[in-house]
Amino acid sequence: MSKHDNTAAVKIENLSFHYGDRYVLDRINFEIPNGAFIGLVGPNGSGKSTLIKCILGLLKPQSGRVSFFGIPLGRFKNWEEVGYVSQKANSFNTAFPATVYEVVSMGLFGKVGLFRFLTKKHKQKIMGAIETVGMTEFTHRNIGELSGGQQQRVFIARALVSDPRLLILDEPTVGVDAASVSNFYQMLKSLNEEKGLTLLLVTHDVGVMSDYVTHVACLNNQLHFHGDTKEFKEISKEGFSQMYGHHVHVLEHLH
Amino acid sequence: MSFPFFHYEFLQNAFLTGIMIGLLAPVLGVFIVVRRQSLIADALSHITLAGIAANLMLGRSPGFFQGLNPLYMGMVFSVGGAIGIEQLRKVYKHYEELAIPIIMSAGIGLSVIFISLANGFNTDLFNYLFGSVLAVKKSDVWTVFYILLLVFAFVLFLYKELFLLSFDEEQAAVSGIKGKWIQFLFIIMVALVIASSMKIVGILLVSALMTLPVAASLRIANGFKQTFVLSVIFGETAVILGLISSYYLNLAPGGTIVMISVLILLLSLAWKKWRARKPILSE
Repeated sequence: MSKHDNTAAVKIENLSFHYGDRYVLDRINFEIPNGAFIGLVGPNGSGKSTLIKCILGLLKPQSGRVSFFGIPLGRFKNWEEVGYVSQKANSFNTAFPATVYEVVSMGLFGKVGLFRFLTKKHKQKIMGAIETVGMTEFTHRNIGELSGGQQQRVFIARALVSDPRLLILDEPTVGVDAASVSNFYQMLKSLNEEKGLTLLLVTHDVGVMSDYVTHVACLNNQLHFHGDTKEFKEISKEGFSQMYGHHVHVLEHLH
Repeated sequence: MSFPFFHYEFLQNAFLTGIMIGLLAPVLGVFIVVRRQSLIADALSHITLAGIAANLMLGRSPGFFQGLNPLYMGMVFSVGGAIGIEQLRKVYKHYEELAIPIIMSAGIGLSVIFISLANGFNTDLFNYLFGSVLAVKKSDVWTVFYILLLVFAFVLFLYKELFLLSFDEEQAAVSGIKGKWIQFLFIIMVALVIASSMKIVGILLVSALMTLPVAASLRIANGFKQTFVLSVIFGETAVILGLISSYYLNLAPGGTIVMISVLILLLSLAWKKWRARKPILSE
């Protein structure tokens, strides 16, 4: 998609983040082309979540630059173009009294702006996003009554409701059962293919993910590999021992 | 029309103030409870007591403070305590709840000193501790009314932001919402509502009116808006029935209002349990 648009959705240049002299992120250079579905993998403590937080401006890196659609992070204002589903979405206060509809509507709050109210058009948008993730029948149920996989769909709908061009997901499948996980990835894949949504999926689940994404990036404080999925599968065995520091079995899915 | 609430001015004052507080306290209470900060109301009410005690002490000798409604001094202390809590939460980033006992004990400590300096308890102070239907003046009604307008505008215009901040602060930050000053305004609103609820419900019981109706509605409500509506209905019921029974039974209204809130809470727990069992019974 968007061949006319050559600027990358996200461009990271020479980004470093450290606590004292421990480098969590060491000179990361990384580009997400428009329309790509990137799987970012790495072991625990490899700096995945830190990288995401630096990209979103929630953490300030000591050096390096981030830009969205060609605009440097410091001057980027169109946050409705960036959807974010955090790892914390799995551990939110499940007793919070909010319906699916109310949770999804939160995705529009930044766009609607201060002192303004949701209009009828916004309401249609919310219903549309709920439908996209297949949760229409649960619209007026409390979020806490749903299963982990269903809750995660609701959080995707919340990220989608502002019509983002880029969706960033940080370990979205933690606490979701295996059957729901592949459904969930399938849904992401069709959002990427049908709606042209650019996706960055952070996960430590290497096996399943590689069947759905277009590109893979491997992070272990440094970025070790960044290329398309086919190439990744060929080099993955050596790549992983190098990255994880011991031998890793890569599961092949032959379907 | 033999209903005495329409005959005596002091009862009208108490009634009007009560109805406004029955709305205000649960509305802010919903946000306090879902953010798991239920004890903030307790800390702020005790620091308000310090302000009122200070005013009663200073008012013993003739001068400026003698004519001043102690409510204002209570508000000043309450807002000061609110700012203190926010500052302490920044200092103890990983022990945010520590701010509450620190401000609460400082409030009680100051109150005890001021009360001793004023040579102990008098009826005024007793009314502030437990509430009174006799003590509400016309000027109190107006003060509470202005606070009602202020809080109403605040919640109406910042509803989206308050809701998102309560649910997920990180997401709010990514959406570009300035959480810090909204949180700051919020805690000041809480401080004002606590100070203004004082005369009816009393310092020791004011936090109950912010949390008990919400606790009851959380059990049975579906969604955030419904939680709001039910909390207000429960809060108003407790205040109105509490004031009437306090008048007829000659009791301090703080006690009757809070005990009716407890009763509503128990009923909602029972209702929830009954509803959960219903499908099995109908089989």
